[in-house]
Amino acid sequence: MSGMQVNSRIEAGTPVFESSLSDFFQLMKPRVMSLVIFTALVGMVAAPGSLHPVLAVIALLSIAVGAGASGALNMWFEADIDAVMQRTAARPIPRGRITEDEALSFGVVLAVGSVLTLGVLVNWVAGALLALTIGFYVFIYTMWLKRRTPQNIVIGGAAGAFPPMVGWAAVTGGVSIESIVLFLIIFMWTPPHFWALALYRSRDYERAGIPMLPVVAGDAETRKQIIIYSVLLVATASAPVFIGLGGVTYAVVSTVLGAVFLWLALRVWRVRDGRDSDRVAKQLFLFSILYLFALFAVLLGEHALAAWIA
Amino acid sequence: MAVGDVMTGDNNETQDERDRLKQRSRSIAIALALLFLVVLFYVATIVRLGPDVLNRPM
Repeated sequence: MSGMQVNSRIEAGTPVFESSLSDFFQLMKPRVMSLVIFTALVGMVAAPGSLHPVLAVIALLSIAVGAGASGALNMWFEADIDAVMQRTAARPIPRGRITEDEALSFGVVLAVGSVLTLGVLVNWVAGALLALTIGFYVFIYTMWLKRRTPQNIVIGGAAGAFPPMVGWAAVTGGVSIESIVLFLIIFMWTPPHFWALALYRSRDYERAGIPMLPVVAGDAETRKQIIIYSVLLVATASAPVFIGLGGVTYAVVSTVLGAVFLWLALRVWRVRDGRDSDRVAKQLFLFSILYLFALFAVLLGEHALAAWIA
Repeated sequence: MAVGDVMTGDNNETQDERDRLKQRSRSIAIALALLFLVVLFYVATIVRLGPDVLNRPM
């Protein structure tokens, strides 16, 4: 189905109601925003040095609003495909709660405002990295890669990996090997996470014309790629131990959870038929969220404890 | 005047009223956001200047 057909369907089928504050909040993808706030916070706490608590709150707020701006601009550009996908059909634009023009204005204002606020009030390295994050997500991932290549989430995953670097830069004013390692963990995590989702949602993506790996290269190739990236992820997740960013707790948690991750990825590779194949893919998808959260939570705990003792 | 015209007129009035209310709430939201930014920049400036900002020798 072409974008134009879908757009006319939205216009004809759904009346434009008055938008509420909650619709604009939904436009900012609150669940993604919460993950961004959390990983940016870990970057800030793990970074050497200190930042005044008021400036730290302003930095986190700017990063959160910047992430929200990316979400709004993504929903503005993808309103046509959101309308035909089961997972996204209830978003504010396909439902007719917010017009595309409103979403565009809202996103642009928030993007510019968040970058300027972070740059002026905290530092310009962090501001520039936030601008890069928003630009990467909107222009590189949403507008360029998503509808063109099955590598969309591999390269586009960088956008979701930047927040801990932004948090780190807010405190230190720079980029270092530790913040690059935090970036790489999320970067390597993104492909197995989204491909596990794409395996049991492939018909949805196919209907919307998005060239996700299972749609373009088939389930078998996707399972092989999940294994490769899972191995790369688990190896990358052990890096903080070797550069002094993670302590003993982190070493234990990343090893145990990494083993579970690989086991689930192997199950996805082996169970290929029937409902069970969808079930194991969903298990990997859900576990991947827990895995990333746990790794960053342990880093947060270790560094917060070290700061408290000192 | 036909019944349809009256109904269309009512609909237009309702639509105008709805647009006016929407514009009003949007203006209030923008005003609140600007006020928040003013306070935010003021507080951040004081924090960046440090505690000795008012301690100037005469």
